[in-house]
Amino acid sequence: MQSELDPMESAALAEIAASADLRELDTLRVTLLGKAGTVTMALKSLGTLKPEARRERGAAINALRDRVALAIAARRNVLETDILKARLATERVDVSLPARPAPQGLIHPISRTLEELTALFGAMGFVVHDGPDIENDWYNFGALNIPAHHPARAMMDTFYLKPSGHARPMVLRTHTSPLQIRTMLKENPPIRIIVPGRTYRSDHDATHSPMFHQCEGLVIDRAITLGHLKGCLMDFLRAYFERPNLRTRFRASYFPFTEPSIEIDIAWNRRTGEIGEGSDWLEILGAGMVHPNVLANCGIDPREFQGFAFGMGVERITMLKHGIPDLRAFYEGDIRWLTHYGSSALTPVALHEGSPR
Amino acid sequence: MKFSLSWLMTHLDTDASLEQIIKVLNAIGLEVESVEDRRLSLAPFRIARVIEAVPHPNADRLRVCLVNTGDAQASVVCGAPNARGGMVGVFAPPGTFIPGDRRMLKMGEIRGVPSAGMLVSARELGISEDHSEIIDLPPDAPVGASYAAWAKLDDPLIEISVTPNRGDALSVRGVARDLAAAGLGILRAWSTPSVVTSGPSRIIWNNEYPEACPWILGRTVSGVRNGESPAWLKQRLTSVGLRPVNALVDITNFFTIDLGRPFHVFDVNKLSGRTLTVRRGRLETFRGLHGKDIIAGLDDCVIADSVAVHSLAGIIGGEASGCDDTTSDVFIECALFDRTRIALTGQLVGVHSDARARFERGVDPSLLPAALDAATAMIQEICGGMASQVTAAGTEPTWQRTATLRFVRLADLGGAVISSDRSAEILNKLGFVTVEQNADHIIIAVPPWRNDVAVVRSDYRFDPELYDRPVETGILDPAPELDERTRRIAAEGAAAVAAEVDLIEEVLRIDGLDAIPPVSLPDRPAVPRATLTPRQIRTVRARRLLASKGLTECVTFSFLDHTTAARFGTAPESLSIRNPIANDLDQMRNTPLATIALAVARNVARGLADVALFEIGPGFSNPEPHGQALIAAGIRAGATPLSWISPSRPVDLWDAKSDAMALLASLGIPIESIKVTTDAPAHYHPGHSGILRLGPKIVLGQFGALHPTTRNALDLPASTVAFEVFLDAIAERRPRKRTPLRLAQFQPLRRDFAFILDETIPAETVIQAAKTAGRELISHVAIFDRYAGPPLPAGKISLAIAVVVQPVESTLGEDDISHFSKKLIEAVCDATGATLRS
Repeated sequence: MQSELDPMESAALAEIAASADLRELDTLRVTLLGKAGTVTMALKSLGTLKPEARRERGAAINALRDRVALAIAARRNVLETDILKARLATERVDVSLPARPAPQGLIHPISRTLEELTALFGAMGFVVHDGPDIENDWYNFGALNIPAHHPARAMMDTFYLKPSGHARPMVLRTHTSPLQIRTMLKENPPIRIIVPGRTYRSDHDATHSPMFHQCEGLVIDRAITLGHLKGCLMDFLRAYFERPNLRTRFRASYFPFTEPSIEIDIAWNRRTGEIGEGSDWLEILGAGMVHPNVLANCGIDPREFQGFAFGMGVERITMLKHGIPDLRAFYEGDIRWLTHYGSSALTPVALHEGSPR
Repeated sequence: MKFSLSWLMTHLDTDASLEQIIKVLNAIGLEVESVEDRRLSLAPFRIARVIEAVPHPNADRLRVCLVNTGDAQASVVCGAPNARGGMVGVFAPPGTFIPGDRRMLKMGEIRGVPSAGMLVSARELGISEDHSEIIDLPPDAPVGASYAAWAKLDDPLIEISVTPNRGDALSVRGVARDLAAAGLGILRAWSTPSVVTSGPSRIIWNNEYPEACPWILGRTVSGVRNGESPAWLKQRLTSVGLRPVNALVDITNFFTIDLGRPFHVFDVNKLSGRTLTVRRGRLETFRGLHGKDIIAGLDDCVIADSVAVHSLAGIIGGEASGCDDTTSDVFIECALFDRTRIALTGQLVGVHSDARARFERGVDPSLLPAALDAATAMIQEICGGMASQVTAAGTEPTWQRTATLRFVRLADLGGAVISSDRSAEILNKLGFVTVEQNADHIIIAVPPWRNDVAVVRSDYRFDPELYDRPVETGILDPAPELDERTRRIAAEGAAAVAAEVDLIEEVLRIDGLDAIPPVSLPDRPAVPRATLTPRQIRTVRARRLLASKGLTECVTFSFLDHTTAARFGTAPESLSIRNPIANDLDQMRNTPLATIALAVARNVARGLADVALFEIGPGFSNPEPHGQALIAAGIRAGATPLSWISPSRPVDLWDAKSDAMALLASLGIPIESIKVTTDAPAHYHPGHSGILRLGPKIVLGQFGALHPTTRNALDLPASTVAFEVFLDAIAERRPRKRTPLRLAQFQPLRRDFAFILDETIPAETVIQAAKTAGRELISHVAIFDRYAGPPLPAGKISLAIAVVVQPVESTLGEDDISHFSKKLIEAVCDATGATLRS
């Protein structure tokens, strides 16, 4: 009996293997396993046999049927794969073509620097304050120990607004220092703030812009000394310029709202523009211990509290860090400049990531 | 202030090098602006005699000169008209760098004749513009000697910037004193020559304005011969850039620089009457020495004779009574003017004179008699004449005052490690006289020239009680909102420490701030609190979002021209700048959109038409602090990028709306709650713009195509769209815990509906109405088609929406779904008058 099925199986398997396409394979499947197929008919013929023989032959035919079905499935898989391959071979495209455009914008270098200032001073416990660009002259001058006749007031090249019924002249703030006053009037010490913001002076040439940005700093507490001023600003400058050994020079100077007053230079090489190297000095910021009169104007007793303030030009440190030559281009909005000097929105300043540009 | 090294040496006995002097000046607060040292560049130039000058064989205009250079002879070809035998000139050998030409002199041959060097002009030396002739020296000039040394051009010139507090440093003597205190030598003694006087002054003082002029001295010198100053004096003045005028004027200028002591000289014979009166101006006009008319205001202090005003006191003299070569009798004014008065008048008339610079910063109130004698002596020495007795009005003010320094404060405020003896030494060298010193503190007397130390008034008088009544002194300008007690205590505090801080500054600046050890700020907690406020964080996030949407950030001026400002809203007079730097920067902007529109226009003008810019910054509606709004504005102009996949298309208002909505979403605004109204301001296209609102009151922003008029006025491309988001309108949200998430177990299903409705019905209304069919079931409604045109009648549109339903409790049966659909169709039709499209 076994031998009777063998030729049938080998014939079937050979036909399956020889089938050229899915249609032929399907016809073969019907011929073999369909209702009137050879294998099905063989099973149907079992009824004429004795139970004993029927079981034995039935098992053999069932096994044969499974093998045939498996062979058909395997052949179908092969044929389908061939078809897919053939189709894919025709579907080739030029993958060197550019992808769908996804324009990315960029962040202005000033904003980038402000984020860096925020991160670095934030790490030292400062918070960011902001305030109005238009101030009356008390916040901009009077409260800061700059009386009306003071030569320093004339030096500042102040923009005034046309009079409009205000008791005091309204000015475009010439520095971010009015926020020292606003903060000290609003908060009790200890104070540790920075104030980045727009400032205005009526001066326009290659190195001066009528609008520019300053970052003010103010630290008020009971035992803050000029040593802290130096430490804080050296910590900042070394981190900002990424020069752990940046050389600095502290020179005596004068601002009406600080005493002692200081100007701070960093070492650089005039020829190469390299920061921290070389024998030239570059003025980078002004600072000092907050003048007792300024504290008193804000109702703070200078016998109890003292501290320091500083102000630096945001454009200046940005130009130095990134080697940007011209100040005026900052405000032009020339897309070529912005694209060249801008930074990605997706790499915000994160101290734990170092300082990605 | 400018001074030469040799002038400095007349007050400072030092062997310090120029480099050391510069370094110390910088450190102690007298910042060096520039140094001009010609000693090196002029070293090769020597005085030489032309032995003979013969005509050049091949050129009519040239001569061949045989030159004696001291130790050799050279033959040079020279084209100068004044080259001649026997003259003495200045010779440069080959290999010399010629400063005026910025080139190296080579051994040359001119028209066939060799030339071994050059006779130079003043311009070639870089000392003047004169190039018409070669330098022609007196016949006795020493041949072979250095020209620079002989002509005193080897004197280095130092320019320092003097801070407004240091009137005393606006003098060579003051600078010398600071340098001596900093260890660079010894301050030379200065003594007053004795003046023999005879008789009273022909001019006497009458002071009617003592508030402006507490003390004034004067004296007549009769029978003087005015004229050119001696060489040394002219040399001094020229070296610092002052033009010599005549001896009398030059002498006053000399003392202004040398001692910081301005004088004024009147030609007695040009004055009317015998009295000069110090008084208030009466709106008279007089011609100043600078050649311009000055009007003397009612508060200004003038000096007048019986007829006319002759000087704006302490600022500038009058032309009519100025001294010239014919002057035979001179009256010297030596005065003390109130600093504030001088500053205010000076600012008002806008005259910047050396006298004003010194008077408004303060001069030495004790020096008047001695300085007057010194000036008299120099006048007599140069011009001769008989000096009268001194005429005076007012008396020397009581400038004498003391101040106390507690040594511990040098460390407690200054962070400095500095001994008490060293501190005392510095103060003494600066002229502060020790009154008392112990281990704890030092009390010093302030020298009269230090008008920046322990000073409370501008008229040189010192009144120890003034600090006890601080409100009246004008020194403090306390905040009006302070209560009386706070104000008083704070003022007492300032009075107690201000003078001491002055002294701390003196000690620290002289010993060098570099010596103070830096100390990092004390940590207060090690992990700092948030650095930014929620409002500031919104700005940072808005910036990142917009940049990631493809817009590039720019920073533009807060002001622009009034006309453009007015195109973007109101441009009130109260926001216009009184003294603009340029006419196109005269108005504070109402929105950053206005200035970035100008930036886009600049790019377009450069041929960069497809740009997308944004700015986050202030827009102003009035000058008050609350009139300043923080606005994120963006513009897209031109077309989307070229691509082979999808064709480039002009940007449209949907791009702008997408930017604005994405920005609002990133700032936590629930987008589905935003309503759009069609009343955007006039700088937008009325039919292609909208206002984004949250609830009835809050305006979050606006967007749309720019109005064609605005666009055309700024030369912007036809497709220019913009948005503005008002960051201050976004309410602070308290951080809230998210509700627990329940994920539905059932599959969502989508049903599509198409409605025919009036084109005037906002799509928003359709979506809102659809949602009322079952807020708990509907997870999303999207409009996927909008059609107008045949077969629809005019004015009608077809709007197709896809509604995604998310069953929550159980799967929806066919009945549930058809019930839901019916409800939705009814809701939409009721709300909008639509019909379902069949």
